[in-house]
Amino acid sequence: MSDVSLRHVSKSFAAGDGQVQVLHDVSTDIRLGELTMLVGPSGCGKTTLISILSGILSASAGEIELLGHSLTQMNDRKKVMFRRKNIGFIFQQYNLLPALTAAENAGMPLMASGLSMQKASQRACELLDAVGMSDHVNKLPRQLSGGQQQRVAIARALVHSPRLIVCDEPTAALDAASGKGVMDILRQIASTPERGVIVVTHDNRIYSHADRILEMSDGRLIGDHAPDAFIHKE
Amino acid sequence: MILNGSLNGNSMNAVALKMLLGDRAKYLGLVFGVTFATLLMAQQVSIFVGIMSRTANAITSVREADVWVMDPRVRYVDEVEPMRDVELSRVRSVPGVDWAVPFYKGLSTIRLADGLTQQVQLIGVDDVSLIGLCDDMLSGRRDAIRDPQSAIMDRNGFLFVWPEGDFQNSRTFELNDNRLRIRGVCNEKPTFLTFPILYVTYQTAMEITPPQRKKMPFIVVKARDGVTAEALATRIAHTTGLQALTAPQFRWRSINYYLERTGIPINFGITIALGAIIGAAITAQTFYIFVVENLKQFAAMKAVGVTNGQLLRMVLLQASVVGSMGYGLGMGATALFFFATKNQPALQGFQLYAQVMAGTAVSIAIIILGSILFSLRKVFRLDPAVVFRG
Ligand SMILES: Nc1ncnc2c1ncn2[C@@H]1O[C@H](COP(=O)(O)OP(=O)(O)OP(=O)(O)O)[C@@H](O)[C@H]1O
Ligand SMILES: [Mg+2]
Repeated sequence: MSDVSLRHVSKSFAAGDGQVQVLHDVSTDIRLGELTMLVGPSGCGKTTLISILSGILSASAGEIELLGHSLTQMNDRKKVMFRRKNIGFIFQQYNLLPALTAAENAGMPLMASGLSMQKASQRACELLDAVGMSDHVNKLPRQLSGGQQQRVAIARALVHSPRLIVCDEPTAALDAASGKGVMDILRQIASTPERGVIVVTHDNRIYSHADRILEMSDGRLIGDHAPDAFIHKE
Repeated sequence: MILNGSLNGNSMNAVALKMLLGDRAKYLGLVFGVTFATLLMAQQVSIFVGIMSRTANAITSVREADVWVMDPRVRYVDEVEPMRDVELSRVRSVPGVDWAVPFYKGLSTIRLADGLTQQVQLIGVDDVSLIGLCDDMLSGRRDAIRDPQSAIMDRNGFLFVWPEGDFQNSRTFELNDNRLRIRGVCNEKPTFLTFPILYVTYQTAMEITPPQRKKMPFIVVKARDGVTAEALATRIAHTTGLQALTAPQFRWRSINYYLERTGIPINFGITIALGAIIGAAITAQTFYIFVVENLKQFAAMKAVGVTNGQLLRMVLLQASVVGSMGYGLGMGATALFFFATKNQPALQGFQLYAQVMAGTAVSIAIIILGSILFSLRKVFRLDPAVVFRG
C-alpha cells in the first residue's frame, strides 16, 4: 500500500461556454520518507495536481487516497479537518499574515485547531529555531527578507507535525543561497521515514535535492526519474 | 466539538483583532465610516423629530388637559375656528368632566415703544386656574398675569424682541391700541411658528382682541378620576356636536397635518434618506473593502485549516469592534452637537432621543451585518487553491 495514491485523476475547469481539461488521467504513487519533485513547463497542471492531492481542490474524476483515507469521499469540512492535521503547505508567495509576528504566523495551524496563541507561539519558536530564525521570532513579516519569510512559512508548515508537506515553487522568489537553505531544510524533513515532501518547481538549480522527479507535460505525467538521470537529460 | 469551538475562539479572536488593529489607517478609516454614518442618521433624524414635535408643543405645554374641544372644522393646532361662549357650559355639563376652561390661541401684532411691530402668538389662559400658562418662570410671578394690562412672555421671544435681555426691566408695548406690560419671563419650548409667545389671561385676551360674535378657539378639559380621556372625548363630541380629541390624538393630528401639508417633512425626509443611504453606502463599502482586501489572508488561513465557521466568527468580531467604536463616537458627536446648540433658539429643545439612538444602532447593525454577509459569501466560496496563485 502506498502513502499517496492517485488513480485516473482528471480535472476540467469551466472556460467560457465549454470546459478545458487541465489534467488527463493522472495515476501515480508517492511515498513518505522521500522528497518528490514535480516539474514541467508553465501551465502544464502542476499546481492543479498538488491542490487536488492535498484536498484543497476537488478532482473531476478519479480516486485519491491519502495516508489511508479516501479524499474523494470526504466532504469539505472533513477535508479541512484532515488538512489541519496531516498536511503542511508552503507557497511561493509565503502568504504570511502581515499583522502577526513570525511566531504567531508559524503557530497558525495550531491556533486553528484550538491551541492558545501563547502555546502555539511557543511551539512555533522551537521550529523557527530549527530553521535558523530564532533571532526573528517577534518580527513582523515586513521586517523580514524573502528568504526569512519563507523560513517562517516552513515553520508554519511543520508546526503541527504533518506527515505530508506540499510546496509550490518554494524557491522561486528567493536568491540562490536562500533557495538552497530552504531546500536543505526540506531535504532533512523528507529523510525521516514517516514524512513526505512534494515540491513543485521550475528551478533546475534545486533538482539535485530530490529523491525522485515526476515530469509533467500538458496535463499528463510523462516521466518518473531519478534526479541524476534527469539532470543529465536536461 | 463545543469545547473545540470555544478553544478556537480565544486564539482566533486574538488573530482577528490583530488583523484589524494591525493596519491603523485602515482601522481608523473603517471606524470613521461608521462614525460618519451614525452622526448623519442620528443628527438628522433627531432634528426632524424635534421640528415635528414642535408642531405639537402648543398642545403638550398644556399639561393638565386630557381632552381638547374645538370646532369640528379645525384640523390642527395652529388653525383657529372660534366657538360660541355658550359651548363652555355645555361641555362643563357633560358627565365625567372634572373641569373645563377656555383657552385662547391666536396670532396678534404688538407695537413696541419705538414704533416697530412684531407678530406674536397670543395665548389667553383661564383667569382662575391659569391652566396653559408656562410654569418655569425666569423672572416675575405667574399670578402677576391676573393684574390688569399684564402679560408674560417666553424667554426666546423676549430675547428676540429685546435682544439686550434684562428681564427685570418691565417693558411696555401696545396690542390693538391696548397698553400692556411684561410682568414676567418664562422658559417654554419653542413652537413650530417660532413667534414670541405672549401669555395673558383669557379675560384680557377677550378685551384686547377685536370684537367678534364667536371668539373662543379651544376648551381644555380634565376628566374625572376613573374616566378615560378617550371615553370622555367621545361623549363630549356626541353630546355637543363639537370636535373633542384627547391630547395625544390632537398632537398626532397636528403633526400629521404638517407632515401631509407642508414641504418640510418631505425635504427633511429626503435629507434623512440621503443621509441614511450615504451612511449605509459608506459603512457597507468600507466593510466590503476590508473583507475583500483581506481575502488572500483568509484564503491562506483556510488552506492551513481554519474553517468557515471560524472565519465567520473572526469577521463578526472585527465588525462588532468597528461597529461599536464607530457608533459610540458617532453618538458622542451627535450628543455634543445638541449640547453645544442647546441654547440656540433655532435648535432649542432638540435632543438625542433614546428611540433615535436605538433606531440608529439597529440600522448600523443591519448595514454592517448585511455588508459582511455579502462579502463573506466571497470568503466562504473562496477556493483555498487561490493561495497557490501569485
Ligand atoms: N480555477 C481555474 N479556472 C480555469 N482555469 C484554470 C484554473 N486554474 C488553473 N487553470 C488552468 O489550468 C492550467 C494549469 O494550471 P496550473 O496552475 O496547474 O499550471 P502550473 O503547471 O502550475 O503552471 P505554472 O508553472 O505557471 O505555475 C492553466 O492553463 C491554467 O490557466
Ligand atoms: Mg503553478
